[in-house]
Amino acid sequence: MTESIIEKDRQVTRLTPDPELPGRLERTWRQHGGIWGWLTNTDHKAIGVRFMVTAFIFFLLGGILAALIRLQLMRPENSFLGPDAYNQIFTMHGSTMIFLFAVPMMFQGFGVYVVPLMCGARNIAFPRLNLLSYYLYLGGGLLMWIGLLTNTGPDVGWFAYVTLSGPGFSPGHRADIWAQMITFTEVSALGVAICLATTILRHRAPGMTLNRMPILLWEKLVISIMVIFAMPAVMVASSLLLLDRLVGTHFFNPAEGGDVLLYQHLFWFFGHPEVYIIFLPGASIISTLVPCFCRRRILGYTPIVVSVIATGFIGFGVWVHHMFATGLPQLSESFFTAASLMIVIPTGVQFFFWMGTIWHSRLQLRLPMLWVFGYFFVFLIGGLSGVMLASVPLDTQVHDTYFIVAHFHYVLIGGALFPMFAGLYFWFPKITGRMASETLGKWHFWLFFIGFNITFFTMHFLGLRGMPRRVYTYSPDMHWQTLSAIASSGVIFMTAGVIVFIVNVFRSRVAGEIAGNNPWGDASLEWATSSPPPAYNYLYPPTVNGRDALWDALPDQPVVVGLRDDIRETLVTHSLDTEPQHKDEDPGPSIWPLLASLTISATFVGSIFTPWAIPVGAPPVIITLIGWLWPRGHSPTPMRGRESWSH
Amino acid sequence: MKRLPQFVLMLIAALLLGSCKREERVLRQPPPADETLNVVQISGLNPGANSIPTPPPSNMYEESAYTVSEGQKLYEQYNCVGCHAHGGGGIGPPLMDNNWIYGSEPGNIFATIMQGRPNGMPSFRNRIPQYQVWELVAYVRSLSGLLPKYVSPSRPDEMNVKPSESSTPHQNPTGITGEPEQRK
Amino acid sequence: MIPEATFHFAGLLAQAVPLAPGSHNILHPGAPQGSHIEWLYWFIFWILLAVYVLMIVGFTRAGAKSRVLSREPLPISEYPEGDRRAKWAVGTAVAITVIILFVVLAISVATGKRVAGMTTSKNPVTISVTGHQWWWEVTYPNPQADQTVTTANEIHVPVGTPVVVLTNSADVIHSFWPPSITGKRDLLPGYSTAFWFQVDQPGVYRGQCAEFCGLQHAHMGFSIVAQSVSDFQAWQQQQLKPAAEPTDQEVARGRAVFLTHTCLMCHTIRGTDAGSRVGPDLTHLASRKMIAAETLPNTTGALAGWIVDPQRIKPGARMTPNPLAPDDLQALVSYLRSLQ
Repeated sequence: MTESIIEKDRQVTRLTPDPELPGRLERTWRQHGGIWGWLTNTDHKAIGVRFMVTAFIFFLLGGILAALIRLQLMRPENSFLGPDAYNQIFTMHGSTMIFLFAVPMMFQGFGVYVVPLMCGARNIAFPRLNLLSYYLYLGGGLLMWIGLLTNTGPDVGWFAYVTLSGPGFSPGHRADIWAQMITFTEVSALGVAICLATTILRHRAPGMTLNRMPILLWEKLVISIMVIFAMPAVMVASSLLLLDRLVGTHFFNPAEGGDVLLYQHLFWFFGHPEVYIIFLPGASIISTLVPCFCRRRILGYTPIVVSVIATGFIGFGVWVHHMFATGLPQLSESFFTAASLMIVIPTGVQFFFWMGTIWHSRLQLRLPMLWVFGYFFVFLIGGLSGVMLASVPLDTQVHDTYFIVAHFHYVLIGGALFPMFAGLYFWFPKITGRMASETLGKWHFWLFFIGFNITFFTMHFLGLRGMPRRVYTYSPDMHWQTLSAIASSGVIFMTAGVIVFIVNVFRSRVAGEIAGNNPWGDASLEWATSSPPPAYNYLYPPTVNGRDALWDALPDQPVVVGLRDDIRETLVTHSLDTEPQHKDEDPGPSIWPLLASLTISATFVGSIFTPWAIPVGAPPVIITLIGWLWPRGHSPTPMRGRESWSH
Repeated sequence: MKRLPQFVLMLIAALLLGSCKREERVLRQPPPADETLNVVQISGLNPGANSIPTPPPSNMYEESAYTVSEGQKLYEQYNCVGCHAHGGGGIGPPLMDNNWIYGSEPGNIFATIMQGRPNGMPSFRNRIPQYQVWELVAYVRSLSGLLPKYVSPSRPDEMNVKPSESSTPHQNPTGITGEPEQRK
Repeated sequence: MIPEATFHFAGLLAQAVPLAPGSHNILHPGAPQGSHIEWLYWFIFWILLAVYVLMIVGFTRAGAKSRVLSREPLPISEYPEGDRRAKWAVGTAVAITVIILFVVLAISVATGKRVAGMTTSKNPVTISVTGHQWWWEVTYPNPQADQTVTTANEIHVPVGTPVVVLTNSADVIHSFWPPSITGKRDLLPGYSTAFWFQVDQPGVYRGQCAEFCGLQHAHMGFSIVAQSVSDFQAWQQQQLKPAAEPTDQEVARGRAVFLTHTCLMCHTIRGTDAGSRVGPDLTHLASRKMIAAETLPNTTGALAGWIVDPQRIKPGARMTPNPLAPDDLQALVSYLRSLQ
C-alpha cells in the first residue's frame, strides 16, 4: 500500500477562481484543426463520437440489407434476389450488425465517450491506442463493404461454419475477406478494452473507490475483461480458417484428420460472450438512466454489480448451447442447459431491482426513459424465449429456424438497440450542447417499437411452422407466405422510425433547446462539466463523496489542484481506494496511429491476396511502431515521482 | 474537403463497375444451340483471303475462381482421378508437369477431352457439356501452374494421397521386439 | 397431466392464420418424440407467459404509480421503508426464479432422455443418411450387399418401429430435420452420429435441411413416408430389384439416350451400365412422389423441365442443363417414368 501523499486532516483552502485558467487549459489540451487535426485527434470525445457515427452508418447499411432480405422473402418463389446475392446479403447483414455496429457502438462508442468523463479524467488512458482501434475498425469495415461492392462479399453466414467456408466449397476470396475483417475488428475491440480497463482502474477521481463506482463503470470493466478473454478465441478460429484456405493446412479438413466441430467450439467460445459484450452495455445504460429519471438512488447496487460480474463469468460457460443439434453427448449437453438456465438469474436480479427502483420513486417519463420501458417489454420476450432454447429437446426443434431469428433479434434489438437510442438521447445534450426534440423522439419510438414487433414477433410462428433460416425462397405449398408478408411489412415502420431519428439529430444539433451542464439532473461526473465538455473535460479534476457523485457532493466538494496547465497532465490514482499516486503526461495528437493502421491494414489485406504481403508489409509496421514508441523526452521541468500537494 | 464526397462517390462507382471477375459466379449457363458443333479452332491460321491470323480460343472460365473450383470438383466426380490421379498420373500421363503431349493451350486440352486421344483417353463428347469441359480445362491448366494464383483453387476438402498421421493405425516400430503386435 | 386439448386450443388462439400442412410443423407432431417436445414447449411456454405477464404488469404498475408529470428534474428522494419491503420482494422473486429454472431444467432433462433413449425391444430399421449439396442420399445398410437399398430424398419407414439414423455428410454441414417427427440432427462431415425416431401414424412427413449449406439450401427437402409394416416390406423388395427392362420401343430409346448422354456420368440405374455415385440413384425414380429434393412433383412435365434446365429451378445445383432433341427428351422421360 503506497503511502498516502495527501496529508490527513488537511485544511480545505478556498480556491480563488483564475479567469485565465480555462484559456490556458484550452490551449494546452486542444487538438489541431483541419484535416491534419482530424487524422491525429486523440481526444476521447472526438473518437467516441467517431465510433458512434461510423457504427450508426454501418447500422443503416445493415438495415438496408435487412430490408432487401425482407423484400425477397415477402412472396414465395420471389425472383428479386438470386441465391448468390441473397447469401452475400444475409451474411453481410449479420456480420455488419454484430461486428461493425453492435460492439463498436455499444462498447466502443459509448465506452470511449462516457467512461473518462464519468471517471473524472481528462482523457482516456492510452489515447493513441484508442485512435488506432478506431482506424482498424474503420479499415475492417471498409474491407468487408468494398468486398460486397466488388462481388467479393462473404456468403457463408456470419459465423462461417466449415467446411462450407473452407477452400473446397468457398472458392475465391469472399470468406478470406470475412476472416480478415474479424481480425481487424477484434484487434480494435481489444485495444479499446485495454484503454477502458486502464482508465477505469487507474484514472478514477479521488474518492471514487470501487464501492462508489457507477454501475456503468463496473459493467465496462467487466466487459473489457470479457473482450480480452473472448476475442482471442475467434481470432484463432478465423486465423485457422485463413491458414486452411490460403496456406493449405488441414485444421478443418475431416478427410485428413481435421475437425469441423473444432471451429464451432472456437467460434462459439467467443460467440456467446460476444452477445453479452453487446447486451451488458445496454444493461449499464439502463442502470444509469433508471435512477436518474426516478430521482432516487438505484436499489440494490451491490447485488447488481455482483450480477454483472456473474453474467460475465457464467457467459463463458454456456457456448455449447449453440451446438445442441450436433449430437454431442447428453451429459455435456445437460451441463450447458444448466449453465444457460443459471445465467438467467443475474439478469433476473437486475430486472427485479430496476422494477424495485421504479416502484418507490418519482418517475419522470422523459424521452430516454420511454426507451427504457421499451427495453423492458422487448428484451424480456427475447430473454424468456432464450429459456426455451436452453432446453435441449426444444432447441433441436427450433434451432436454425425463424424462431431463433426472432429470439436473437429480440435480445439484440431489445438488449442493445433500445438502450442505444435511450443512451443517445440521454447523452445527446452532453455531446452536442442541445436537447433532442422529445416529440420527434416519441414518434421515433412508437414507429420503431410497432414495426419491430410486427416483423419479429411473427417470426416466432414462422419458426414453429418449420421455416428454416437462411433460405432465399420457399414454396407456396408451405403456407409461409402470409406470415412472411406480415413480417416484411414491419420494415416500413422501422425505417420510418429511423428516418425520424436522423431528422431529429440533424435538426436538434443546430436548433435544439440549449442544454446546460446537467439537463437531466443526473448524478454522475460527466454532468459536472459544460455541454459539450471543453477539450480538458474538467477545469480541476473532481473528487467524489459517494456512489452518486453529484447527489452526494458536499457544498464545497474538494477538487484536485496541482496538475500543470502548460502540459497535458493527467492524474493516476490507486485502483482500489483512488488515492492519487502520480501524474502522467498525455501524448497529445499524433499521426502514428494513422500510419500504424495503414501499414497494418496493408499487411493484413495484402496477405489475403499474396503471402508476400507478410514479409513486405512487416517492416513498415515495425517502423511505424518504432516511431510511435520512440521516447518523447521529458517536458520542460520534469516532474518528480511524488509531489506533495496543497489544497 | 468539399470535393471529398464527390471523390468518394466516383470511387464507389469505379469499384462497382470494375467488379472483380475473380468472384463471378454465373450459375445458369445458357445451353449452346448446337452441342454437336464442339470443335474448336486450334490453329490461328486460315488459308485464303482472311490473312489476319485469329488468336486461338481463350478460356473465359479461367478468370473466375468459382469455375476453376467447379473444375476441381468435376475432376473428382467424372473420375479423371482414375487415370490421372490428382495430377501425378498413373494409367494416364501426369497433368501437373510441363510435358504437354498435345499442347497446353486451352483449345488443345478442350480438344483432348472432347475427342479423346490414342492410347486410352476417352472422348467425352456428349457426355460432358461444353461449359463443364471448359471448367475442367481451366482446372487442368491450374494443376501445372498456368493459371494466376488468385484463381487457382486451394487444397480440396478430401483425402490426400497418403492418410494423415492422425488417422493411420498405430504401427509397431519394426526391428525392436521382432514379435507381432497383438491387436486388442 | 393437463389434457392436450387445452394446449391445442391455446395454440389455435395464438395462430390467426391458416396452418401449414400438418406434416411440417413443430406444433403438429405426428410421432411420439415430436409429441414429447411439443408437450415440453407448451409446458415451458405457459410458465414463461405467466412470468412475462407478471413482469410487464409489474413494470407498468411501477411506472404508473410513480409517474409525475413535471419536466424539470425533481430533487432526490429516499424511500427507506419502501426499499426494505422491495428488497424482500426482490429476494422472493429471485427465489421463485431459481425454483422455476430448476423445474424447467428437470423437465427438460427428463424429456431429453425420453426423446433420445431408445427401446431395444423391437428390431430397429437402420438407415444411413448422407447429406450432399443439395440432396439426401439414403441407404438401408445390410450385411449382404444385394439387400442394401439405396435411394434418395424419400425415406420409407414402417410404423410403430424404431428407426435408427446414422448420419454422414459428403461435403458440408447439413441438418436432417423432420419437424413433425423429431428434432434435428446435424450431418457433419467426418462424424457419424446416431439418433432414432419412430412414427406411429401412417402418412407423409416433410423435412428440410436446417443448416445453411450453400446456394440451394432453400431447396433441400426430403420426405418420410410411414407405411404399414407389410407395405414397407413390399416397398423394400421393390427397391432391391434392378431397373425395369424397357417394354416398348420409345422406352428403350429413352434408355439409350440415358446411356449415351451426360446422364450416366452422374447417376446410377442398377441393371444398366450407369453406375456413377455423384448424383441420386435413379433406379426406382418413378416410385417417388417428388423430384429435385422435394422441389418439384414427379410428373412428366416437371421431369422434362428439370432435365432440360435444372439451373432455372435450382440455380447453382450440381446438375447440368441437358439440351436434348425433343424426341430424345420425350423418350428419356418415358424411360424414367417407367422406373417404378
